[in-house]
Amino acid sequence: MSASTLAAPAPPRQSARRRGTLALVGPSVLILAAWATVPLIMTLWYSFQNYNLVDPTQHGFAKFDNYTYLLSDPDFWSSLANTAFLVIGVLVITVGFGTLLAVLYDQAFPGRSIARVLVISPFFIMPTVAALLWKNLMLHPIYGVYSNMMRMVGLTPIDWMSHYPLFTLTLIVSWEWLPFAVLILLTAIQSLDGEQKEAARMDGAGPVARFFYIIIPHLRRAITVVVMIETIFLLTVFAEITVTTAGGPGVATTNLAFLIYSRALLQFDVGGGSAGGVIAIIIANIVAAFLVRSVARNLET
Amino acid sequence: MTPARKAALSRAALTIIGWGVALWVFFPILWMAMTGFKSEIDAVSTPPKFFFHPTLASYHEVFERANYWHFAINSIVISVLGTIVALLFSVPCAYAMAFSPTKRTRGTLLWMLSTKMLPPVGVLVPIYILARNAGLLDTRTGLVIVYVLMNLPITVWMLFTFFKEVPREILEAGRMDGATRLGEVWHVLLPLSLPGVASTALLSLILSWNESFWSLNLTSSNAAPLPSFIASFSSPEGLFFGKLSAASTLAVAPILVFGWLSQKQLVRGLTFGAVK
Amino acid sequence: MANVTLQNVRKTYAGGNETIKGVSLTVENREFVVFVGPSGCGKSTLLRMIAGLEDITSGDLLIDGVRANEQQPAERGLAMVFQSYALYPHMTVEDNMGFALKLASVAKDERHSKVMDAARILQLEPWLKHKPGQLSGGQRQRVAIGRAIVRNPKVFLFDEPLSNLDAALRGQMRVELTSLHRKLGATTIYVTHDQIEAMTMADKIVVLRAGNVEQVGAPLELYHRPANLFVAGFIGAPKMNLLEARVLQVAADSVTVSALGQTFVIPVRPDGVTAGDGVTLGIRPEHLLHVSEGTLGGVVTLSERLGSLTILHVKSDDGTMLVVQTAGSDTTDVGAHVRLALPTDSAHLFRADGDALPHVAPRPLGPSHSGGGSDIPAAQTEHFHA
Ligand SMILES: Nc1ncnc2c1ncn2[C@@H]1O[C@H](COP(=O)(O)OP(=O)(O)OP(=O)(O)O)[C@@H](O)[C@H]1O
Ligand SMILES: [Mg+2]
Repeated sequence: MSASTLAAPAPPRQSARRRGTLALVGPSVLILAAWATVPLIMTLWYSFQNYNLVDPTQHGFAKFDNYTYLLSDPDFWSSLANTAFLVIGVLVITVGFGTLLAVLYDQAFPGRSIARVLVISPFFIMPTVAALLWKNLMLHPIYGVYSNMMRMVGLTPIDWMSHYPLFTLTLIVSWEWLPFAVLILLTAIQSLDGEQKEAARMDGAGPVARFFYIIIPHLRRAITVVVMIETIFLLTVFAEITVTTAGGPGVATTNLAFLIYSRALLQFDVGGGSAGGVIAIIIANIVAAFLVRSVARNLET
Repeated sequence: MTPARKAALSRAALTIIGWGVALWVFFPILWMAMTGFKSEIDAVSTPPKFFFHPTLASYHEVFERANYWHFAINSIVISVLGTIVALLFSVPCAYAMAFSPTKRTRGTLLWMLSTKMLPPVGVLVPIYILARNAGLLDTRTGLVIVYVLMNLPITVWMLFTFFKEVPREILEAGRMDGATRLGEVWHVLLPLSLPGVASTALLSLILSWNESFWSLNLTSSNAAPLPSFIASFSSPEGLFFGKLSAASTLAVAPILVFGWLSQKQLVRGLTFGAVK
Repeated sequence: MANVTLQNVRKTYAGGNETIKGVSLTVENREFVVFVGPSGCGKSTLLRMIAGLEDITSGDLLIDGVRANEQQPAERGLAMVFQSYALYPHMTVEDNMGFALKLASVAKDERHSKVMDAARILQLEPWLKHKPGQLSGGQRQRVAIGRAIVRNPKVFLFDEPLSNLDAALRGQMRVELTSLHRKLGATTIYVTHDQIEAMTMADKIVVLRAGNVEQVGAPLELYHRPANLFVAGFIGAPKMNLLEARVLQVAADSVTVSALGQTFVIPVRPDGVTAGDGVTLGIRPEHLLHVSEGTLGGVVTLSERLGSLTILHVKSDDGTMLVVQTAGSDTTDVGAHVRLALPTDSAHLFRADGDALPHVAPRPLGPSHSGGGSDIPAAQTEHFHA
């Protein structure tokens, strides 16, 4: 401690108050710190170990073996590609349609609030239900209602899940996340100053010009938030895959999350799974850095 | 065409498009709810039946499978307990951060948010092993702990956003009137931010109820909640559309209603206040 | 009832500079003290330290002679009325006023009768079952005061209580607060921006600047005998004319200065000034006389007619701008040439460091605030009961 800090008069009450605050914040911080660091360190540790849950003969330091093995495995690269396809596909669909729907539901028409509630409903459906609902009730090649409808108009139903598995999966996940985009973007549009819209109208801007010059720039920030939050969740889509395709056919729908799961808990290769986990964390952190920064700007009080 | 007719026409078009899109997006849920009341024959009939003889047969069957209640009760216990514990941690934390901010408060909040970015798959292996070693695999306690930790950043943030809107002078007036810290929170802060606290609790309930990663990986039978129950229909059993639909409807209905009720406040919590 | 003493009180906010830089002050029993000063000078901070809402970094706070630094707000026996009223929106008016008593476990009957008493004084009886959201601004303000009264506090603290009200209501509440103070006779500390509030309500005004006390005194004392340039410029509207001047000659009981191209002999003691020093000559707009035999010449550039009086902005012959207050009946137009007289016994002289030079024969203060000072509490009590 420096001389200047010693010389400063110690305020007794203030430190008591600070201790009080610490006691209120401390528990949450402590358990979160444990949650955020202990498993992380363990994952890192395991990723450098030979560790198989059912094969005790495999143990010891593995150096970079798990990583080299993983990086040389074509399944890993295809899982990365699948993850990227899924994330980008869902983002494009949800943000694109989300913006259009947000503008649509910003207009007044009879029953708008009920229509709005219907549109956001899928967000509250649990992923396992959503996936099974689409796989069976909607898209089943024989009994699914869409297949039935196609037959009714004379078309041959498509076996979506077998022929376009990743694309279909992307559609299902998009259906789950579209409401989130609509909800956020609609809120953002409604916060747009009514006078600004009216001023643009006075300046002679038609609906299309208003959309591109007023609404889209205003939404840029909200779109950023939607993209980042969805990305965090989309990187780890899991339940939908488990209950529909179990990663197949082959590895056609195996994303990084499912690959780690199958390595670690189906093939019991903890080391390999952990190496995948570390890579997932690195990717997520890159995304998170952007998200945290954009949210931080709103923290100014 | 007169301007008035043009306006009426575009309004009609708007109404049709607005409702058309809404029904199209909602259709799978509607169809699921309808199919639950169909006989298994009607459920797979060609062409699809929009009008049918409603029957509770599927629901009877779902209820008769003794384990439906087992999963449902697990879901209720785990999400309610998880929410209560999360609130017990986050209310004091958010209160202190909102009303006695220090230099570190901002950083702490952002750090909490960043723990949410940790992808569950990244730590699946250690959590699985830790849970196994602690005997928490396939227990309700294990899932409650995970859900509390998973939701804590969100509940703290949401409560912080809502508490921030309570003028600090009102709490100070309470202190002048002789309220202790607990009294301040109980008599003044919580009643004033009740809608916010309620929607925070609802969001925590929704997230816990629908959580389908940890529940599938950390439980097998004893403590398995509804997402696992529904996942069991991915087997050929899923082709009993009536039963699948009835069970699914039972699994999502309560949370869907909660979601409808709290959609407005949820936005702010979900975006951590980044969109007003 | 109580007195409040501050001894070299200081405040440094976490991570900030020193906000209150050693304030010593005594508020006598039953006294109505007003803190004024520019925005950000620390008025609220000082009040909140007395209330117990902010920690005192160093120095002592004594209430009735007892050190209160470490006491919780409620233990200090004070009540505070906030600028935003800070009513509990979820409670009725009655519950708002009774909340402190409820926390202090006062029996229900007694609580009710105390609330009823306060409601009667403040004419709030018809509103007792309403929530604050259903009341007008003035009514809310009264509830906030009622909440303070009910506790029968030793000291009332007000932080800009009237600043959210419109001008008419502010005037009315000012009168009500003054008569309430007469009725209850409670020690009161009142923070405001508003000069009229300060001048009309205070027994004693404390002028603060950047965490320091600039002057303490009765309203007219500050008005007529400002201790320094800051107080001279801060108190009084329109603002005192402050003119550059140079000392030509000093005598035991006067200082001769040149200003506006002329020479003035000001009857002040020449403490610490010598010939050749730069000083500031101060003269209030109402003391500059618009008379034909005046020695100063100028042209009117703007004339503000307020009805009861007229304010002339005059560009003097040497180019200095002067503000002159004249009668409402003054019909001088823009562009007119005027002659002004500067009565030297109404003028003030300030040294380069800002301090005023003391008058040889201080102007007598108005009769209504004769007691005023903190040294004559007895006179004050009489004044209230008169
Ligand atoms: N909680 C705080 N933390 C840090 N600095 C503060 C805090 N409260 C006030 N300050 C600073 O202390 C100084 C004095 O503030 P204070 O509110 O006391 O001024 P004031 O005289 O009441 O002003 P106003 O007339 O505008 O109400 C200001 O510079 C302000 O920025
Ligand atoms: Mg203030």
